[in-house]
Amino acid sequence: MITFMNNSDSEEEPCNERTSLMSAESPPVPSYQDGLQTAEAGEAQAHRKRRTGSSRSPNNIADGDVSDLGVPVRESALENEEEELTLKYGAKHVIMLFVPVTLCMIVVVATIKSVRFYTEKNGQLIYTPFSEDTPSVGQRLLNSVLNTIIMISVIVVMTVFLVLLYKYRCYKFIHGWLILSSLMLLFLFTYIYLGEVLKTYNVAMDYPTLFLVIWNFGAVGMICIHWKGPLQLQQAYLIMISALMALVFIKYLPEWSAWVILGAISIYDLMAVLCPKGPLRMLVETAQERNEPIFPALIYSSAMMWTVGMAKPDTAARGASQQTWDAAEDGGENPLHADSQMSETRSPGTTRPITSFEELEEEERGVKLGLGDFIFYSVLVGKAAATASGDWNTTLACFVAILIGLCLTLLLLAVFKKALPALPISITFGLVFYFSTDNLVRPFMDTLASHQLYI
Amino acid sequence: AFFWLVSLLLASLIWFVSVHLSDREDAKLQYGLLVFGAAVSVLLQEAFRFAYFKLLKKADEGLATISEDGRSPISLRQMAYVSGLSFGIISGVFSVINVLADSIGPGIVGIHGDSPYYFITSAFLTMALVLLHTFWGVIFFDACEKRRYWCLGLVVASHLLTSGLTFLNPWYEASLVPIFIITLCTGLWAFVTAGGSFRNVLKCLSCKQEDDSRVMMYSALQVPSED
Repeated sequence: MITFMNNSDSEEEPCNERTSLMSAESPPVPSYQDGLQTAEAGEAQAHRKRRTGSSRSPNNIADGDVSDLGVPVRESALENEEEELTLKYGAKHVIMLFVPVTLCMIVVVATIKSVRFYTEKNGQLIYTPFSEDTPSVGQRLLNSVLNTIIMISVIVVMTVFLVLLYKYRCYKFIHGWLILSSLMLLFLFTYIYLGEVLKTYNVAMDYPTLFLVIWNFGAVGMICIHWKGPLQLQQAYLIMISALMALVFIKYLPEWSAWVILGAISIYDLMAVLCPKGPLRMLVETAQERNEPIFPALIYSSAMMWTVGMAKPDTAARGASQQTWDAAEDGGENPLHADSQMSETRSPGTTRPITSFEELEEEERGVKLGLGDFIFYSVLVGKAAATASGDWNTTLACFVAILIGLCLTLLLLAVFKKALPALPISITFGLVFYFSTDNLVRPFMDTLASHQLYI
Repeated sequence: AFFWLVSLLLASLIWFVSVHLSDREDAKLQYGLLVFGAAVSVLLQEAFRFAYFKLLKKADEGLATISEDGRSPISLRQMAYVSGLSFGIISGVFSVINVLADSIGPGIVGIHGDSPYYFITSAFLTMALVLLHTFWGVIFFDACEKRRYWCLGLVVASHLLTSGLTFLNPWYEASLVPIFIITLCTGLWAFVTAGGSFRNVLKCLSCKQEDDSRVMMYSALQVPSED
């Protein structure tokens, strides 16, 4: 039973993602996400919380497993190298994350600016039941705050539900949920998106062709995301589904509610990741205790996982160019994540532990960013593009602000080396820049441009 | 780019406040306030360029201390170039992107009596501005590094002059030509500051191969330490 406030031909997709940047500790957890599900929807819809993690595991492993060597000089040298590696690879990670975030935003902004469908008001999600068509400002504000409260509480409930599912090891349920939700994203939303794009450009496409295209796109996407596939393709698919999700949000969230929700979500992200009893933190800790990677396929990873040469005897060495994401079922017994392998190879006290550590470090350092981050960044920039009275300056300013926020968050990640929320800083900067650029800079630049003055 | 944006934000805030506190109807006053706003913006841009220099200096020191050979992987000159370029890009983009977006749509340029060359002159001015910012970045950082404060003053003055010349638009002969002359001179100045010279240009153009032997000599001198 799905009810909408008004007529609408597309699905509502309450995606509540939380994201955080995580740097793996020992035993490391590379990435995880929480799924959120709406009980109202007939089919499962995925709501993902994501985290980013850097797949390297610093001093903990270094100090813990090298203790048998018992050379303090060695340890301090390791730490020095560790720090250097931190900073050397820090810049690379920042760039590795800038590119996908930028791509996602470009897709969203390009769609918003060209396809009319996503800026038309055509109903609201059931999670934001209060309309904003009220005459008075106070009423409108109140409605948006109420919408936000409802949305955030749905998110909290879903997160807690997912954490409970994870705690009680209902892996099959979670997997089924995630698979169903990505099915919906890859097929239904892509179909709608393609339909609208074709409508905008007045291109005719017959149903058999459409079926073929969508089927191929969706099937390859499912395989790439949930199973194995080339890294670039998987990244591309994750970017595309984030963009689709963001477009749905931009279309179905009313104006003021969207901004208040963005603000509230970053606060929630902050609390959920950093507070001791926060659901995300509990999820991470549970996963760390069990020493298994959390659900694949909903975290964007910027680097490959190399399992060649370091694998345990019973895991086959795979090709280096393959992305190996293990399902949680296999994950329990032999997590193919590099860090756990690192700890395994270190403990027997191999002859050159530093080299192996370094080799692994160099090949596998990647940062993982949750897809929810992508989605909410794109929502912010997309909303700026949609509602800033046709002004490109606002969009660009928000874009720069978000990237700088991401940069700062990665810096903090390098400093603190633990799971961090990726939303707060970027969204704060983005919101500040949006409102200030729209209200202050735009009249200034417009007046200057009308006189053709340059500053 | 972020720093430039923040400076623009502050300048807009000042202008906005001043406009709201003043008489809206008085066109002369508004124009005067616009001039004032532009001048404040230029000064703030340079101030933020200086702040960025300080930040990069600190980062440079940090990088140098933790790197293997005591030198940071990116030199201050490269940072100066990148900083100038990014200031230029964001400044140029902010100036011209709305004009570009409008140029797609239906319309006739100058139908109300303005100059019909608006678009092309905007394009040229933006190009000049981007180049100028790059050159100013290089000169500015070098001047701060070597503590030649007269260079700094000259950079700020040339920025103010350039911005002031644009006030002469649409009298394009008086604004475009001097701005391009300034661009050329600043470019040469930046080239000399960055260590370039006529000989360097010749060497680059002749594509000599003497570098290889030098590299081999260097590696031959490097005895791998066995301890």
